[in-house]
Amino acid sequence: MELLVASAIGAMTAGGVYLILRLRTFPVILGLALLSYAVNVFLFSSGRLAIDMSPILSKYGEASYTDPLPQALVLTAIVISFGMTAVLVMISLGAFLEADSDEIDIAQADQIEDSAQ
Amino acid sequence: MGTSGNLLFLIALLPFLGALVPGVMIRAGRNACASFTAVPTALALILLLTFAPAVMNGETIQAEIEWLPQLGLSASFFLDGLGLLFACMILGVGLLITLYARFYLSGDDPVGQFYTYLLLFQGAMLGIVISDNILLLLIFWELTSLSSFLLIGYWKHLPEGRQGARMALAVTGAGGLAMIGGMLILGNIVGSYNLTDILQAGDAIRASDWYMAALILILLGAFTKSAQFPFHFWLPHAMAAPTPVSAYLHSATMVKAGVFLMARMWPVLSGTDAWFYIVATTGLVTMVVGALIALFKDDLKALLAFSTVSHLGLLTMLLGFGTDAAAVAAVFHIINHLTFKAALFMTAGIIDHETHTRDIKRLGGLRHLMPITFGIGTIAALSMAGIPLFNGFLSKEMMLEEASHTTWLDSHYVVPVLATIGALLSVAYSFRFVAHVFLGPVRDDYPSKPHDPPFGLWAAPALLATLVVLIGVMPFLAEGIVTAAANAVTGGDLHPHLKIWHGVTPALYMSVIAVIGGGILLMLHGPLDRAWIKAPRPEAKDIFDRLVAALVGFTRLVTEATHNGAISRYLAIFTVASVALGTIAFFGGGLSAPSRGLLPVPAVIAVGWLMLIVATVSVVTMHHNRFRALVLIGIIGLTISAGFVYMSAPDLALTQISVETVTIMLLLLALHFLPKETPRESSVGRKTRDGLIALAAGGGVGGLAYAFMQRDISTISSYHVENSYEGGGGTNVVNVILVDFRGYDTYGEIIVLGIAGLLIYALMHALLDGPAARRLRNTDYSQDRSRDRHPLMMVVVTRVLMPIAVLVGIYIFLRGHNQPGGGFVAGLVVAIALLMQYMASGFAWTQARKRIEYHSMIGFGVLIAGLTGAGAWVFGVPFLTSSYTYVHLPPIEEFELATAMLFDLGVFLTVLGAVMLMLYSLSRIARYAGETVNVTPMDYDPGTRTTDSVEEG
Repeated sequence: MELLVASAIGAMTAGGVYLILRLRTFPVILGLALLSYAVNVFLFSSGRLAIDMSPILSKYGEASYTDPLPQALVLTAIVISFGMTAVLVMISLGAFLEADSDEIDIAQADQIEDSAQ
Repeated sequence: MGTSGNLLFLIALLPFLGALVPGVMIRAGRNACASFTAVPTALALILLLTFAPAVMNGETIQAEIEWLPQLGLSASFFLDGLGLLFACMILGVGLLITLYARFYLSGDDPVGQFYTYLLLFQGAMLGIVISDNILLLLIFWELTSLSSFLLIGYWKHLPEGRQGARMALAVTGAGGLAMIGGMLILGNIVGSYNLTDILQAGDAIRASDWYMAALILILLGAFTKSAQFPFHFWLPHAMAAPTPVSAYLHSATMVKAGVFLMARMWPVLSGTDAWFYIVATTGLVTMVVGALIALFKDDLKALLAFSTVSHLGLLTMLLGFGTDAAAVAAVFHIINHLTFKAALFMTAGIIDHETHTRDIKRLGGLRHLMPITFGIGTIAALSMAGIPLFNGFLSKEMMLEEASHTTWLDSHYVVPVLATIGALLSVAYSFRFVAHVFLGPVRDDYPSKPHDPPFGLWAAPALLATLVVLIGVMPFLAEGIVTAAANAVTGGDLHPHLKIWHGVTPALYMSVIAVIGGGILLMLHGPLDRAWIKAPRPEAKDIFDRLVAALVGFTRLVTEATHNGAISRYLAIFTVASVALGTIAFFGGGLSAPSRGLLPVPAVIAVGWLMLIVATVSVVTMHHNRFRALVLIGIIGLTISAGFVYMSAPDLALTQISVETVTIMLLLLALHFLPKETPRESSVGRKTRDGLIALAAGGGVGGLAYAFMQRDISTISSYHVENSYEGGGGTNVVNVILVDFRGYDTYGEIIVLGIAGLLIYALMHALLDGPAARRLRNTDYSQDRSRDRHPLMMVVVTRVLMPIAVLVGIYIFLRGHNQPGGGFVAGLVVAIALLMQYMASGFAWTQARKRIEYHSMIGFGVLIAGLTGAGAWVFGVPFLTSSYTYVHLPPIEEFELATAMLFDLGVFLTVLGAVMLMLYSLSRIARYAGETVNVTPMDYDPGTRTTDSVEEG
């Protein structure tokens, strides 16, 4: 089980990193989404894996629970990463609409400006 | 520490408080600004003088407020003889400069600004000399660099002013950085950052292995500040400042800060060979070099600047000797130098002000035209030359006396001879100041007709000149303060006697040689000057400029290689660097044996894993088709949610599913306006490179996760589990952590989310006001549009689902404290329910039925959460402490009321408002893209069977 989770984290990280290195905004956003999945699962797994041990206190006496703290951290992380994705989407949309190009390479934009002068 | 000690805080604060006034009174005129500068200065000076009797008796006044005692940070001040001497100089000369500047600056200059800078600087200087904590001292030290930058560059329109200010800041700022290191080392050796403790620990410091490092670093700070060779070059360039600034900073205060520091640290750092050879040699060289250059400067202020460099060298050398008598001489010369040099600077300012030139070669014969100025200037210059009956003579005699019996590397001659040469040069340039400016025939080609200035301008230098004579004739007047300060420097109990006649001593011979030699040198000045001009000599400014240019070039090279604006480049560099550092740390740290067994893998989980991996690989290989990539991302997110369910994280699963839904909707909306395909433009080499980086990162992160999932670790989580019910009143530990244990974090997070929502809204508005709006209007999106935009089935189903979805949201919210759920998830669920209305019936139709603005929802959410937290204060408990009670109403089950729930309501509202505002903003853009507005829920009324859609612009 641990191996599966670790390999999934690794695969998502690799995919995310590859995509954020692309040259257009949309794949970069997708890459960031993928990376944030990987990071969230990574943080979650730092509480160690447990099956059937939800951190809901049992009314029926002693039970063991999984680590709730990483879960709480990841819960807010999921929501915040949504917020950040939304901001990025808006920025990239704005950039595309203003510049008519969704390339992320600013150096090229400078060259266009220079050659226009 | 009595109440009297607390007055020290007031003294330290007064200049800063006063600094607020002149800046805002800029329109009230020069008199008002100057008065409001003088008041706090005078008040501080009076307060200071109330301490003077006690301090002169050898007492030390202390005051302390602890701030972070664990880190040794406290606001503590103390006043001893040395501090008193410097504080009096700073405030006293400050008053004189205030008066002088009132008449010197023209009405066109922003005088209020000047006085504000002046007071800031004064406060910073005062802070240095009365700080007890060396960290506090460092802060004031840096403040003097900053405020002097403002003062030197006060005439912003002059390029020399700006360049001089930059150079001064670069040199003294760099020295300040070095000094921070030195001071921290000292603090570490002693185990305290209080000067009073450090001053007691001299033996421990000198014996420490770190002594050399601390010494060199601290001296770098002192030498740069006090313009010691080879850092002397900034001082002449700082002369581009208005003359009041030069008189204040460069004669009396800032440049003395380095000397002050050496004097302050004298008991701790001096007494070693290293101290003697570094400090005394630097001082000696500076004294001679400074004096030599001063002799050949034609600019009055440059002459004075190099003479200041020379005199600072003299002071440094005296402190470097490390003997008690030399320390007394240094303290005495600090006073004397202040009086004559400030007077000379002011005289130079008057001459510049009246004749419109400072070029000595264009002056001469001014004694007839400006008799008062001539009197003041001559007294001060003769004192600088060290002529008897003026105070400069006394301390120069003492210096020569000390120099005469100092051996340097077994040589008995080096120091005395060089000291005599220094004194001789000093006599020469002082005589030149008098002879070439005031004596000689009256000329008829002055740039402006010179005459004596109004009383206000010559009052301050006249007072200083009076002091020069008074101390020169009756040196015992200064004995008290010199004794107190010298005892504070040496930590001993000295009783020096200052007198004019010491008998026939070597110093007297040296003095006589200096005066006669100086006179001869002045007579030979003409030919010597021509030779000097012809001779090649290194120009410090050029060297400095080349050095700066080289550094800038190097920095630019590094920046352009790594940080050229291409985001993919920095991301690649960042990833590679992180992986490399992580790998080094991983293999450098050693790894304990695995302590946990692996969990078994059921078949269905293996299928889920396979799906996730395939989807991830597919996203990477097929990302050029953007819609397909989006679907694949959705699959990955949902698989992760399922994984959370399996691995005991129901709350995460709920959140992930709802966030996933919202994210995909958002991306779909955005994709409507973006190209649907990503062009294939990466070369094979680039793809290979990125692929390798990605594989390294993925392998590293995966390996790390695998390594620590197999090992146990002690965490603080058991505390949360144990206290969740009793402390937080809930059985869902994750939710209790969010709204109670870590409620402050959550509070911050909802604020961030709210800001993100508002940011998107603002961006949308900015876009729709710019060229993007035109582009949107002119682009034809009609190809993408479905013929049946609002299908009957969808409208009906969403309408029916709406109350159910809201009910589910409320249910999830209410049970959140005890069962999986809570404000975050509930907010997202309700948001999705509302979004479905937008999707089914269109933007305008839904918008018209919206009762609450999403902005205010965010605002109320944050407000409710904040007020709930603040409510805890009413009961005298810390922010966000929750309380709860169980209520039992007969018809329904027992239920719980907790303040945490109110907090969760705030979370709910903020999340709902933010998510809705984000999607609403994106939909608004669609309006500009020619999206039509429907007023009925569907484009046609199914009841009448007409197919006309009602369209409005």
